Amino acid sequence: MSTEFAQKSHDALVDPKLQLAIYTSTARLKQNRIDAVSPAALPDYQELRAQANAIKKHTIDNLDHYLEELESNVAAHGGKVVYCKDGTEVSDFILNLAKERGAHLIVKSKSMTTEEVDLNERLEHHGLESVETDLGEYILQLAHERPYHIVAPALHMTRYQVADLFERELHAPREIVIEKQTALARSVLREKFLAADIGISGANFLVADSGAVVIVENEGNARLTTSAPKIHIAVAGIEKVIPRAQDLATFLKLLARSATGQLLSVYTSFLSGPRREGEIDGPEEFYVVLLDNGRTRLLPDKGKRQSLFCIRCGACLNTCPVYRKIGGHSFPWVYSGPIGAILTPQFMGTQHEPALPFASSLCGACGEVCPVKIDIPKVLLDLRSEVKKSDAREGRNRLEKLGFRLFAWLMTHPPLFEMAGRIARSMGWPTSRKGPLGAWLSERDLPPLPAHSFREMWRRR
Amino acid sequence: MGRRVSLFVTCMVDQLFPQVGMAMADVLERAGYQVDFPENQTCCGQPAFNSGYRAEARTVARHFLDTFESSEAIVVPSGSCTAMVVHHFAELFHKEPGTLARVHSLEKRVWEFCTFLTEVAGVDDVGARFDRVVTFHDGCHGLRELGVKDAPRRLLARVRGLELREMVPAEECCGFGGTFAVKFAELSGAMARTKIEAIERTGAQTVVSADPSCLMQIQGALTRAGSHIGTLHLAEVLASR
Repeated sequence: MSTEFAQKSHDALVDPKLQLAIYTSTARLKQNRIDAVSPAALPDYQELRAQANAIKKHTIDNLDHYLEELESNVAAHGGKVVYCKDGTEVSDFILNLAKERGAHLIVKSKSMTTEEVDLNERLEHHGLESVETDLGEYILQLAHERPYHIVAPALHMTRYQVADLFERELHAPREIVIEKQTALARSVLREKFLAADIGISGANFLVADSGAVVIVENEGNARLTTSAPKIHIAVAGIEKVIPRAQDLATFLKLLARSATGQLLSVYTSFLSGPRREGEIDGPEEFYVVLLDNGRTRLLPDKGKRQSLFCIRCGACLNTCPVYRKIGGHSFPWVYSGPIGAILTPQFMGTQHEPALPFASSLCGACGEVCPVKIDIPKVLLDLRSEVKKSDAREGRNRLEKLGFRLFAWLMTHPPLFEMAGRIARSMGWPTSRKGPLGAWLSERDLPPLPAHSFREMWRRR
Repeated sequence: MGRRVSLFVTCMVDQLFPQVGMAMADVLERAGYQVDFPENQTCCGQPAFNSGYRAEARTVARHFLDTFESSEAIVVPSGSCTAMVVHHFAELFHKEPGTLARVHSLEKRVWEFCTFLTEVAGVDDVGARFDRVVTFHDGCHGLRELGVKDAPRRLLARVRGLELREMVPAEECCGFGGTFAVKFAELSGAMARTKIEAIERTGAQTVVSADPSCLMQIQGALTRAGSHIGTLHLAEVLASR
């Protein structure tokens, strides 16, 4: 385990205010989801999950076909698809376009994909102003933090912390009433919307058969971002494509319910192409940036590529007993929780944080709530095996490997297993606080040792 | 199916909680079964499998296959170990068609203890008496990989003198997770304390579970916290008179 991961997890665990904030926020989201997908509220929930899984599997199996279909349909509506290999290509494209159009101010709606490639930092580095317009994201941009959660980015912050931040950064009187904080942010952001040259959004779905970008949100800021400025750029991972508009009937029923427990988000926008003749609003230029950033590396593995089915609802985070303890910022990349634990090693390589796939009790709650049925525990197990194979190749963790070889040998020699147990019991529990027993004892007591093993008792029965 | 069962007591029960194995044998015998204990048994291999050591897990799994080749029904006092055999052995041997066929035959014969009683033996009432207020902890693997939810509650409902009070949330992990408990000790301990808070809110005197490893974690954390709440395996409750 890297010291950074260990330290951040520890810091979160010993911060009572943070623990309370994470636990209560996730508890609310978790319960909302349970109610929204209950048999009374959504009788065909399990069928919808199976359907969503089948659509995603089919799409990822035929990704090239659907991306081409999307591209030609976006073009048919007067938009343009741009393929980008990584964050540099995304920012180069946007910077060039901004230069050609003389653009300076960018408004952004919430997008995890742009967080992946640190888009704001890249654009600001070249003198552009890029403003987040989702309230949570705006708070985090002012605080110079990355999202704590996939759908509730500022979940860890209390209104008092936001009050301090706004007072410091916006030079406004300290305000602790949430509605008034929102009004303050809105007044700042409204001016940005009106003055912005470019709007950058993410995408929840890219519909191949209609060339549409579909965005769900609750604040209306994505709708403004994509319609007020003259240029709209949607940045999305290539896995966001779905074949048909009618598939949305499945996904939209699942997404908001899984994320927040809402039946639908407040706004669902279908954006296909720039403003057409006779229309009174909408951008003059419309671009869909399709980002790879490592996604194609997942495609050859038929088991693990199910990780690309994710629709970023965050349900696995809210239900995960590990996320609910160590929180979002302990995780080593933008994606946190169970989905982060399987995406990060695959996007960044297992050595980015080799402990990550092991930081799970394998309780399976994540797989149970995943609306597209990603078998997260199975992928974690596969990744664990990959980490150990790479350890063996590179000669790391030799002692642990030796320990498990000894374990396997003992477990295939029952008389020796019995003898080892007898000797260990006669010696009593070691008192040393080093090694695995020390780690156990740091948090818990050990059970009293029995006088005899089961097999000894059975023989005497 | 004949009225004969083999016990797979698991390495943990064998070495640390033998009374759980004895209680399980007792309950099965009272349900009319002839019980045997194949002496060659050791472990299902899950510690190695969950730690990423597939070759070592395969070695232990192969030993399990050999040991229980001729058993008609194998009953296990752990949802987690049962799930290892029923769900993960096949993955370990997916490149060995011959062994895979043996695994598939084995999968149908391995039973988690509660499920065996309610589904195979067809008994909900084993004639037990236990005069205490208890709460039941669902082991995650039994719950989510095997769907063990109703069986233990049906069994507990028929125990005379027993009052079951469900904890909220009942389905949250106790934080054991095998080597997770020692690799991420502080985190695992924090998860256990959250579990204990849920247990204490019920006012129960005893925590019952069908998974010995969860019980070791919960009991260890309860004792450390100075609590007087005890833990028992469901088999021990069912064997009580």
